[in-house]
Amino acid sequence: MSAKLYGILAEFEGPTELLHAAEELRAHHYSNIEAYTPYPIHELQEALPRRNPLPAIVFAAGLLGAATAWLMETYIAIWDFPINVGGRPLYSWPSFIVIMFELTVLFAAIAAFAGTLSLASLPRPYHPVFSVDRFKAATRDGFFLCVEARDPLFDPRRTMDALEDLDAVGVWELEE
Amino acid sequence: MPVDRDVENRVTALDDLQRRSHRKPDPGDVPIVIAPAQSFASITDQISGFVLTRKVPTLWWVALVIGVVASINLLIAVTILFYKGVGMFGIQIPVAWAFAITNFVWWIGIGHAGTLISAFLLLMHQSWRSSINRLAEAMTIFAVMCAGLFPILHLGRPWVFYWLIPYPNTMTVQPQFRSPLVWDIFAVSTYFTLSLLFWYLGMIPDLATLRDKAKNRFVQRFYAIACWGWRGASHHWRLHDTACLLLAGLATPLVVSVHTVVSFDFTISILPGWHTTIFPPYFVAGAIFSGFAMVLILAIPIRSVYGLQNLLTERHLNNCAKLMLATGLIVAYTYALEPFTAWYGGDRFEMDIVHNRAVGPYAWTYWTVLLCNIAIPQLLWLRSFRIRPKRLFFVSAVILYGMWLERYMIIVSSLNRDFIPSSWAQFAATAVDNAVLYGSIGFFLLCFALFVRFLPMIPMSEVRELLPFSRPGGGSEK
Repeated sequence: MSAKLYGILAEFEGPTELLHAAEELRAHHYSNIEAYTPYPIHELQEALPRRNPLPAIVFAAGLLGAATAWLMETYIAIWDFPINVGGRPLYSWPSFIVIMFELTVLFAAIAAFAGTLSLASLPRPYHPVFSVDRFKAATRDGFFLCVEARDPLFDPRRTMDALEDLDAVGVWELEE
Repeated sequence: MPVDRDVENRVTALDDLQRRSHRKPDPGDVPIVIAPAQSFASITDQISGFVLTRKVPTLWWVALVIGVVASINLLIAVTILFYKGVGMFGIQIPVAWAFAITNFVWWIGIGHAGTLISAFLLLMHQSWRSSINRLAEAMTIFAVMCAGLFPILHLGRPWVFYWLIPYPNTMTVQPQFRSPLVWDIFAVSTYFTLSLLFWYLGMIPDLATLRDKAKNRFVQRFYAIACWGWRGASHHWRLHDTACLLLAGLATPLVVSVHTVVSFDFTISILPGWHTTIFPPYFVAGAIFSGFAMVLILAIPIRSVYGLQNLLTERHLNNCAKLMLATGLIVAYTYALEPFTAWYGGDRFEMDIVHNRAVGPYAWTYWTVLLCNIAIPQLLWLRSFRIRPKRLFFVSAVILYGMWLERYMIIVSSLNRDFIPSSWAQFAATAVDNAVLYGSIGFFLLCFALFVRFLPMIPMSEVRELLPFSRPGGGSEK
């Protein structure tokens, strides 16, 4: 099998060095960079901006939940199974509010969970970064940065040198 | 792991130093919520060690055995109940709701403190919550599981419980959406689903840690599947953080709404003693009150058995105790308000219920409730009762018992004497009643023991964030 490169992985000493490297690479117009850290680092997320449509998806799902509940309750209470309680109106909307609220929350919560996993393309049991044994530290105390081969500026030799110049403590080539 | 006295002393010393300095913390200050001199690696190894080791504390085995025995007991009681019918409970007319509904309200209330910690305190940027968060959320899920059992056991024909859910059926019958009992189905199932998703989503990065640290191939596979291939990419963290924040935002109104809906089961009826507008806030405050008691009952032994004094510090006990005291005072206020509204409303039957509660056949429950939920919790004004584990454990146990009895009092003492004296009757619990109550506690204990053994009980990724050098420019770990 021909060894097609996925990218170059570099490990850094700590969050400060990792953020510095990410900012430097961005300043040199690298665009396909991903950082791997054992906990969320907000400064890093700002340094590596990506579109995040999750809030919009969750909001839409919440509205859908409210609409579903209202339509279901109205249809059942008025047409499907009307119950006359002492001549009170069939369309007794104030008593529909509770279930509308509950389904809003339910739909939004399911969308938040499913949305996170699908936008993150998970589950993905195998990924090129896992080929490096040292990468196990990414969930413990390791701070990694990967420049992906699809980056227009990517060049195996030059990228590797750039990462080493940024004081990476380890650099690996990742095969696809 | 032995109890690390040294760590405990250091945390206490630091806490004292911070208190004595009388300095307002700067906005940039990292609050001291975990013990100093820890690293990313030491925290990870400590917490993942509880799962990946073969050594298990003796107390864990004790909890497991009690849990299994009580769960078998529950199973037998439920089998008898389903075989013979709901009359195996001590219920009759007029006391048609008794243990089952008391247990339901009690368990679901316990869950609320977990959601308060995981959702509300997250939105309030209370970073101390991180280390107690996962335990509290697990408690919520298992408590809601126990709670969900009881309305089903209490049905005349429990095998058709799904008739409560609207679905197109050949009987062409649908639920009545004006009934709070139908609202309750939606409230409780939404609450359970959201809690489960929130808990699991927060756990994914920690499951990845366990995958990477496991030596055994089978164990590794298990956590690899459970963590969905998490690799800690910064874009994934962004999505994860956003989702957690959104779920927290969605869960926060649930802290208030679920028990409000539960209280509607009572208030929307016209029974004196139930038909009152104070019930929703009364129930919510009581729920959080009892929930914090359960959090502490679980956290205090776990903390000492697993040597977690470096992560669950005195500050955590203190904060939980303060929240318990505050919600307890709200509960005390509503206790005072109940007779007042009855008197001010001037309704003959409402006044009779107040009288019946204080001097009637169930007077002992009323006075015990006042003792357990108002008098004894006042000990929490003393600092030693907030930070000494044994004393706090005692107060929490008293509150937990008091809150169960409070729901029993509300239900039984209101029902046993209704409008016509000829229909008055007393309630007496049967063996099945007791077996189901203690069985559910055992089932909860069993679930919790399994959780502590197989899942990371403290969120490692969140605790890493609490370390002073976790932010870029925050200094070096070495």
